[in-house]
Amino acid sequence: MTSPGHPLEPGSRLTRVGMRIALVALVALAAIYYFAIWRTPTEASQGFAQKIFYLHVPAAWNALLVFSVVGIVSALYLWLKDARLDHFAAAAAEVGVVFSAVMLTTGPLWGKPVWGAWWQWDARLTLTLFLFFLYVGYLSLRSALHDPAERARFSAVVAILGLVLVPFVHLSVYLFRTIHPLPVVLKPSAPSLPGSMLEVLLFSLAVHTLLALGFIIARYGLLRTEAARIGERNG
Amino acid sequence: MRDAIVAAFAIAGKDLRAELRSRTALVSALVFAALILVVFSFSRDPARLAPADLAPSALWITFAFAAMTALNRAFSVEREHAALDALLLAPIPRESIYLGKLLGNLAFVFAIEAVTLPLFAVFFNARIGASLGGLALTSVLATTGFVAVGTVFSAMTVRTRFAELMLPVLLLPFMIPPLIGAVQVTVRLFADRPLSEVVGWLRLLAVYDVVFVTLSLVVFPSVVDE
Repeated sequence: MTSPGHPLEPGSRLTRVGMRIALVALVALAAIYYFAIWRTPTEASQGFAQKIFYLHVPAAWNALLVFSVVGIVSALYLWLKDARLDHFAAAAAEVGVVFSAVMLTTGPLWGKPVWGAWWQWDARLTLTLFLFFLYVGYLSLRSALHDPAERARFSAVVAILGLVLVPFVHLSVYLFRTIHPLPVVLKPSAPSLPGSMLEVLLFSLAVHTLLALGFIIARYGLLRTEAARIGERNG
Repeated sequence: MRDAIVAAFAIAGKDLRAELRSRTALVSALVFAALILVVFSFSRDPARLAPADLAPSALWITFAFAAMTALNRAFSVEREHAALDALLLAPIPRESIYLGKLLGNLAFVFAIEAVTLPLFAVFFNARIGASLGGLALTSVLATTGFVAVGTVFSAMTVRTRFAELMLPVLLLPFMIPPLIGAVQVTVRLFADRPLSEVVGWLRLLAVYDVVFVTLSLVVFPSVVDE
């Protein structure tokens, strides 16, 4: 615990806030498992495997949301050169990698019983796989650089180029082929799934977004503390 | 504007002269490309898979890896004797440095591709004569895209530990759209399909080039300026 006004104070306070948000979200996540397993109807053709939808879709949504935020915050960094933006981008990228890992592991678990194969070179699957690789590359670039200013500039450049890459990868892998389930929620006509499924999905989306937010704030706080400590040591 | 372009060509010219004087890099890159083609020819079951089925992917993976070797050394040569600092001190815009390095890298990669293509035709028994124009256009469009991004990344990775490993990790995702497009076009060119079938892919490759060359010009100063 640090006293108010101490240079390490803002970072550790943010970390505590972030951990609390994440804790609330984790408790709510347990509720989602309950609702998803016992309180939603079993899908007619996919059976029990469809339950993973309540985890997979929110993870995917958050991974894409968080990666877009990294791109935008990185562009802002190159413009404003504020180190806090760089810390935020780094924290968000880590969380995005975690969520895309959840998405990429829950996807095959569903794919095996429904598609008959763990993995298919489907458009959206391939896109998210490359996003995952891109941000793993982003994080390894960060760890291979020591000068904070240089690390911030270089990783911002990668994130901006990555943000622009997404539509190109999407288009080219889509033209290659797609067998992914078509959108059931975000589409021009009304959502084509029963009300209870939609409610649990939306609840799950909200909880996962909260979880991502909590993680990002906690990591951001830690990175700020780290930067403040390095600054303190260098006087 | 005119001065900036003259400066870019001067930098590209300097790189190419240095390459042609030593020739070590060019020759090793060519041997490397030829070896990849050979490895590809042997990495199949000859009774099941005809060379022609593997040809488009073999061609493009060879081009991609040959480009990677060229890009890996693009900025490492500038690090020796702090040559990059001298370039940055020159009274020319940062964009000229990027453009010069890009042109130099492109010339290097195109040279490798031009020599590898006949070898490929021999090894894979591919009839490239009829589709030579289309292949050349596809190569220019696809290569420009990933070399544009690779030139920026190479300026960054040269500052890291494990630069030779870091560049492919960062660049391969950016190679995906150009490579998918190029392979799809090449498959159709070899099958004598009408041009109308590949126009969409060629357009995608061209848009990719315009977007990433422009974006790279914008971000490159942030990479080299302290």
